[in-house]
Amino acid sequence: MERETRPAVVVGAGPAGLCAAIELKRAGAPVLLLDENSKPGGQLFKQIHKFFGSQEHRAGVRGFEIGKDLLRESLDLGIDVRLDTEVVGLDPNLNVWAVEARKRSYTLEASRVILATGATENAVPFPGWTLPGVMTAGCAQTLINVHRVLPGRRVLVVGSGNVGVIVAYQLLQAGAEVAAVIEAAPALGGYGVHTAKVRRAGVPMLVRTTIVRAEGSEGVERAVLAEVDGKFKPVPGTERTLEVDAICLAVGLTPSIELAALAGCRTFFVPELGGHMPLHDEFMRSSVPAVYVVGDIAGVEEASTAMEEGRLAGIHAAHSMGYLDREEMERRTADTRRRLRALRQGVFGEKRFVAKERVLAEKEKECP
Amino acid sequence: MTDAPELSAVNRVTRHAVLGDLEAAREVRIWFEGRPLSAREGEPILSALVAAGVGVLRHTKKGSPRRMFCGIGRCTDCVMTVDGVPGVRTCVTAVRDGMRVERQAGVGRWAREEERDGA
Repeated sequence: MERETRPAVVVGAGPAGLCAAIELKRAGAPVLLLDENSKPGGQLFKQIHKFFGSQEHRAGVRGFEIGKDLLRESLDLGIDVRLDTEVVGLDPNLNVWAVEARKRSYTLEASRVILATGATENAVPFPGWTLPGVMTAGCAQTLINVHRVLPGRRVLVVGSGNVGVIVAYQLLQAGAEVAAVIEAAPALGGYGVHTAKVRRAGVPMLVRTTIVRAEGSEGVERAVLAEVDGKFKPVPGTERTLEVDAICLAVGLTPSIELAALAGCRTFFVPELGGHMPLHDEFMRSSVPAVYVVGDIAGVEEASTAMEEGRLAGIHAAHSMGYLDREEMERRTADTRRRLRALRQGVFGEKRFVAKERVLAEKEKECP
Repeated sequence: MTDAPELSAVNRVTRHAVLGDLEAAREVRIWFEGRPLSAREGEPILSALVAAGVGVLRHTKKGSPRRMFCGIGRCTDCVMTVDGVPGVRTCVTAVRDGMRVERQAGVGRWAREEERDGA
């Protein structure tokens, strides 16, 4: 079999991108891993809680430890990682346009492109949301866990999904007070284990509650909350005020699909997975031949699933480039799929599994 | 400029049950609005300012205060004028010794070349 010598280019060195590059390199394929940040790892190093899953998913291990292991593995394999390198363009012929250190611009001819660009946190506007002190939950998480600074002393967390309750707990661990976690839906949204820890710490968890406005002159001083009706409209007369100096928004994420859109990948709207996302098949191939999408860009899930998706794409790309025979590709793929399926179980996992099945079916229908 | 009182790191998380005690780092001196403060080598300007308790990083052209929003280089809420260059995303720009960081109004303005050279 003829081997492709132009490199596979992986965009994004978070959990999905690192795993894709590791699988490619393990198979002997040429690979370049690009990331706009000055350090690899994506959001993994902010995750100081223990991950779920079984032993082979490294359950019970904290996210940043998994990150360190992935970095060590990529270093041992000698993967070419280019940091401070922003990919600003991608065409359907796989020309990758990169800007290094915000100064030097160049293009790369890739044989395969694996997009592992992640997701962006959603905002929710309300009067006062631009005040200093209002930030995304991820912003607070980055500051406390990576840079070791407290962005506020008394914090309101808006949204009770996993990000909301995990960041609420991590704020407590960093020494802040959490005034409340509020949730507009009638039920709390995060995994029970995380929610219970926050509750045990004495943090009020208020359902059917929304933020009406933030008040303050040069920064947040108060948050005004209200109960909502069945249509999520604030109920007059239920307003209450909390004295806080920070408000963290944990209201979901949206796949960062800009590069996929530039390349012409067909997208599909999947609310359970964060909105518009590129269609993909079971090998994570998008509708554009040789462009793969892995991790949160292919539907917002978790770091553990992102890593397995990265592996799927890396294994398949290596095979299609002539570096893995079909039998070996199928063996490695089957192992990865089995682990991935195991991660998509339980109340939350099953919902994501069903949504992913819909994506695969749509891909099959639209671009067989 | 040197007479201005130093800002101290009031918001630094020095002890942590999971992450352990904050490791020592080489100190980098930067200037915020003419006031000196000490930062940790390698950290972004944003975290050094938040550690020092700076609440407002810039104003919009209508005078409304801003601080930060995403913290990872996506949203441009935290842009400031750094060594005479406006619009620098402080959350993804590392501190350097002697760096001068200033609030800007609106999109700010570029310092004249002689001002930048005098830094």
